Amino acid sequence: MTQLWLSRLVIFLTLTFLIGPFFIIIFAGLSAGSSLAFPPDGLSLKWYLAVFEVESFRKSFILSMFLAVGGTLTALVLGVPAAYALSRYKLPFGETIKLIVAAPIIVPGIIVGLALLRYLVVPLDFTVTMALFLAHTALVLPYAVRVVSASLQNLRVDMEEAAVLLGCSRLGAFSRVVLPNIQGGILAAFILGFVTSFNQVPVSLFLSGPGVRTLPIDMIAYMEITYDPSVAALSALLAFLSIGIVFVAERFLGFSRYV
Amino acid sequence: MSDAYVSLQQLTLAYGDSIAVPDLDLDINEGELITLLGPSGCGKTTTMRAIAGLMQPKSGRIFIDGVDVTRVSANKRQIGLVFQSYALFPHLSAYENVAFGLRLRRVASHQIQQQVNQGLERVGLQQLATRKPAELSGGQQQRLALARSLVMQPKVLLLDEPLSNLDAKLRLEMRSELQRLQRETAITMVFVTHDQSEALALADRIVLMSDGHIAQLGTAEELYNAPDTVFAADFMGFENIFKVADERDGLCYLAGRDSDVSARLEIAGSSEAGYLAWRPAAVSVGQGQHRGEVRSVAFAGETREYVIECTIGFVKAQVPVGNRVHAVGDVVDFELSLSTARPLRD
Repeated sequence: MTQLWLSRLVIFLTLTFLIGPFFIIIFAGLSAGSSLAFPPDGLSLKWYLAVFEVESFRKSFILSMFLAVGGTLTALVLGVPAAYALSRYKLPFGETIKLIVAAPIIVPGIIVGLALLRYLVVPLDFTVTMALFLAHTALVLPYAVRVVSASLQNLRVDMEEAAVLLGCSRLGAFSRVVLPNIQGGILAAFILGFVTSFNQVPVSLFLSGPGVRTLPIDMIAYMEITYDPSVAALSALLAFLSIGIVFVAERFLGFSRYV
Repeated sequence: MSDAYVSLQQLTLAYGDSIAVPDLDLDINEGELITLLGPSGCGKTTTMRAIAGLMQPKSGRIFIDGVDVTRVSANKRQIGLVFQSYALFPHLSAYENVAFGLRLRRVASHQIQQQVNQGLERVGLQQLATRKPAELSGGQQQRLALARSLVMQPKVLLLDEPLSNLDAKLRLEMRSELQRLQRETAITMVFVTHDQSEALALADRIVLMSDGHIAQLGTAEELYNAPDTVFAADFMGFENIFKVADERDGLCYLAGRDSDVSARLEIAGSSEAGYLAWRPAAVSVGQGQHRGEVRSVAFAGETREYVIECTIGFVKAQVPVGNRVHAVGDVVDFELSLSTARPLRD
């Protein structure tokens, strides 16, 4: 009996710890007052609406979206063929390549950001946007390769051979047989990459320039100057966006099978 | 240049540096059902993949229908292959699986429809055209894989252990189905298997392979009744194979196949052969010149199977159930006679 109570308590505390901050953010954003506080100072939706009026939020949201969508798509264009080659052929240095591809996950973001700043932006005169794009693509690439590799592993090689014997070229077999059977994995990789890129802070922190900031960095900057509930409201909205995407993905493709 | 339909000439196949099939010559006639039979690793699947073009030979040439196809890529050879795993396209319906190759050939759409329906009907799947492969049973997947290959009217249809994933009853059904399809379509078929009973039941001719070489080639009856070598006899169910150790005064002295025990068993008559072999059914029990102790008895319906230990090893015998029953531990007389023996070379 005590054991049952104990395990319930542990579950309750874990969930509180995980979900609690989310609720605090939602309600802090609903405040009618003008400073960030919990419990909120009266209830109103004005801060949720005010978010859309902030010019810099709009700009940085667009940049973040561009990086998340563009970077992830680029990572997939590079990652899908890489995953295919790594899973189908015995490449020389195959294991090394896998390790290098995984490096952006292992190496702390701060180091990646600093390195890109020090060796690309400063000496080579890369624009900040280009460096950000490069960084986000590299950060998402490991996820793309991993997730797509996993779904390739379940696809038998003889299926491609069957397609070839029925008249396909190797490339035709890839697009007609391999791609349709790994599209779930590709979409899963896209969503994972999108979320990773969108929520990225440490790398973007180093690679922000005048007028070029991703949304999370912009939110930090905003908070340093204006301590009002709009940041909480915006956080809540972004969290709802992520939940919505994952929910739709789970509903239509069983997202959790791939991650 | 031979006038065989499929001709493999001095074909050497290798995986990197390890040679799987050295210098193979094989002719296959048009409309024939031929079996490549042998234990795993004997090169049968490798040979089949070379015919399909999925593997480039190290040297030698492959002719199909008089044309040298050695350098023709797999997608241009017009060869069908039914994979052991069936390799159906999981994202396509049964109908689309069959239509796949026809669409690539840019066949007119009304003809595709007609041919696909015909193909599905031929294997009894017309009711299941909209199903995905995962929604079909093992036997139905097998039929679908067959229909997908047959609809292309391939010059040669290769089948890689097509019955090995089916249960015993289905296997018999598919066996006769394959024979019927072969009769109807008259397509040259090459069937790869390690199961001798399957090969015997299906094939016009059997190519028995061992270590990349052809151990023996002949009709089912030839191979079953008259294997030439110890390897062939072993594979064809001659379970009693003994070495002819010595021969004098009208007597053969048998020794164990590879044992170096000096014990001998003598039988009347003389033989030139290096080895003599008997099927279990050719050994009579209860009377005869030899004596041994029964080690095991197994009831097998029509017959009873004994393992008898004698001086040169174990002798397996199969006798009608009506005969007198011996128990484990009994000392029995048995007979190995030269007239029922099959002479073999190494």
